[in-house]
Amino acid sequence: MTNSFQEKITIAGFGGQGIMLLGKLLAQTAMKNNLNVTYMPAYGAEVRGGTANCMVCLGTDPIANPMVINPDTLIVLNKASFSKFLPKLKSGGKIIVNTSKIDNAIDRDDIEVIAAPIDDIAIALDSPKSANMVALGIFLQSHSFLSPQMACDCLCDVLAKRYHSMLQVNADAILKGAQSIQ
Amino acid sequence: MSTLVYEKPESLYDRKTHYCPGCGHGVAHRLIAETIDELDIRHKTIGIAPVGCSVLAYNYLNIDMVEVAHGRAPAVATGMKRVKPDHIIFAYQGDGDLASIGCAEIMHAAHRGEDITVIFVNNAIYGMTGGQMAPTTMVGQIASTCPNGRDPLKEGYPMQMAEILSIMPGATYIERCAITDPANIRKTKKAIKHAFQRQLDGENGFNMVEILSPCPTYWRMSPVDAKKHITEQMTKTFPLGKLKG
Amino acid sequence: MSEKVLMCGNEAVAEAAIQAGLDAFFGYPITPQNEIPEYMSRRMPEEGRVFVQSESEIAAINMVYGAAATGARAMTSSSSPGISLKQEGISYLAGSQLPAVIVNMMRGGPGLGNIEPSQSDYFQATRGGGHGDYYHIALAGNSVQEMADLMYDAFDLADKYRGPVMVIGDGILAQMIEPVDVFAKKRPPIQTDKSWALGNLKDRSPNIVNSLFLGDNVLENHNLRLQAKYQIIRDTEVRFEATDTEDADLIVVAYGIASRIASSAIRKARKKGLKVGLFRPITLWPFPAKPIAALAGQGRKFLAVELSYGQMVEDVRLAVNGASPVDFYGRAGGSVPTVEAVLEKIEENLK
Repeated sequence: MTNSFQEKITIAGFGGQGIMLLGKLLAQTAMKNNLNVTYMPAYGAEVRGGTANCMVCLGTDPIANPMVINPDTLIVLNKASFSKFLPKLKSGGKIIVNTSKIDNAIDRDDIEVIAAPIDDIAIALDSPKSANMVALGIFLQSHSFLSPQMACDCLCDVLAKRYHSMLQVNADAILKGAQSIQ
Repeated sequence: MSTLVYEKPESLYDRKTHYCPGCGHGVAHRLIAETIDELDIRHKTIGIAPVGCSVLAYNYLNIDMVEVAHGRAPAVATGMKRVKPDHIIFAYQGDGDLASIGCAEIMHAAHRGEDITVIFVNNAIYGMTGGQMAPTTMVGQIASTCPNGRDPLKEGYPMQMAEILSIMPGATYIERCAITDPANIRKTKKAIKHAFQRQLDGENGFNMVEILSPCPTYWRMSPVDAKKHITEQMTKTFPLGKLKG
Repeated sequence: MSEKVLMCGNEAVAEAAIQAGLDAFFGYPITPQNEIPEYMSRRMPEEGRVFVQSESEIAAINMVYGAAATGARAMTSSSSPGISLKQEGISYLAGSQLPAVIVNMMRGGPGLGNIEPSQSDYFQATRGGGHGDYYHIALAGNSVQEMADLMYDAFDLADKYRGPVMVIGDGILAQMIEPVDVFAKKRPPIQTDKSWALGNLKDRSPNIVNSLFLGDNVLENHNLRLQAKYQIIRDTEVRFEATDTEDADLIVVAYGIASRIASSAIRKARKKGLKVGLFRPITLWPFPAKPIAALAGQGRKFLAVELSYGQMVEDVRLAVNGASPVDFYGRAGGSVPTVEAVLEKIEENLK
């Protein structure tokens, strides 16, 4: 990694899909690998009523503005988030779409679409709750700045101790997600 | 040879008071001071003066004291006791302070079972501000904001704070006394001493001594009549005795 | 220095307070600062220190008052509507000269407003906020790291000047997670004379902690002593950060999260060849009026950017005192200025 870069990411879905954990693991992985990073979860009333989203900024330079309005990459795990955030995706940006839940047509041709049946991949791993990790694997595989293995190595930092029996399952999901778009 | 039979307690300054003739605050102050001396706790007692006539209590009690915002004494006492658990912390409050503006603070200090003592001087009126109606004002009692006498249909009935607080599990000792005559004054002192002793012994729980106290000025009575009024009238609404503990 | 970890602003502020020697925390839930009392409820008992969830913000600040009166390091935290409720107690703390720290993670107002980030409590934080002639130091960081660092300063300044100190953030700084080393500025608490504190009455006359002063001129004299203290603070405690202001044709003045948005816009403006600098007040009170005055004139322009409809800009105008034009851009009610909008405003000023 020689060039300086900054990547602004919005991650969205509904409550229970592990959106916040996805964002936190991405932030932890970036920090552990010497990138600058900010992570901003949606909070309060916004997280009630089912939707969940967070903003992650990472890059080689200090992050001045942690707010993400027009993301470089959008990760959407459900329909409502797809409709809400697609128009905000930067021209030339990437969208990672969970086709297990989103069958909408994409009416923009100025963006790169990475479509994957994220829930189905997780179900095939016998771990439907790991869809968030599958999505992270896809994200890391589609960008070059951090490897999926780096995220696997940071799982123990962000998963609460009582879930440490789930470390391997989550790591598998990250790697499976990465493989799914290779 | 002369024998000294009566003297000012060390914990009470030898000063002229600003209280009106026949006011109960002076007696209440003295009982607290005597108790502090007798329990030998002057070095580890902190008193809290409220807003009201007794706002200047620190001018009379010769101990460490803090003056606080109207009604907030139980919250201040909470902060003190939590960081100074080995100290005897008491809040001195009037009825407007405790039963009206400070209702949330007193309820929750009792609810949490704070190991503090509240000396609740109830004279059924706002004295400092000039005789307005208090939550404890008696039915029919005239005050400057109920000139025709308290009408329970419009202004509610007198609030019986000792009874209300005594149903809380966190409150472990609640007693209502009156400073009307030597016997009752002795009972009042015994109650204060018991409350302080509980703190001293590290007994858990909130304790309060309510003192029915005369306000001849705003009851528009002579000091003698004011005391009679407590015995004959006030105790009907605010019966004396131990409610808890 | 220990390794950085990811923490949200609320948690970093809480841990830094503990490391700064906090003895007692009293608080009440309100979004977006809930992680502070939650964190404290877990950590303070671990340290053998005091945590109480109060029945209200009013009770919390009065518990702080009680603990502070005994010489303990005490703190509360809240967000805008809750800070309004605490103003009674803050005024008493100022009047009684008790050290205490209050954290305000500002949200949208007026009234219940919303829970989104805002900087609309600037007036309240810098003009005393409660009744009476008083000020308190108000410290505003712009990162999770700086918010944590400022907690050490806050407690020391509170002790040094015997009064309440407010640490000010907003919904973003409260909730945002960044790498932080909360121990970075750890140091032993400053040693100050606390012979005024209540308790352990031995070999001295009783102490009275009090904000009531009756008699001819007694309260005025008390106020004059307070004013003299405030003047010392104005003279010695001003803090700010000036970036690229020397050659600037336009200086953007912004604090807290607004300064980060502004710095993004300034970077873009510089790339376009515009000479723009950033002046970031860290002490909102005392406001860095003299350093701003020194930059004013010479054909230079100023632009204040806030998450409000124009509060700090008044202090900028007072500081500049007519020597330079002062423009304003802000959004509030939970909305946050975008980098593009700030850039546009910068370009408009330099046309």
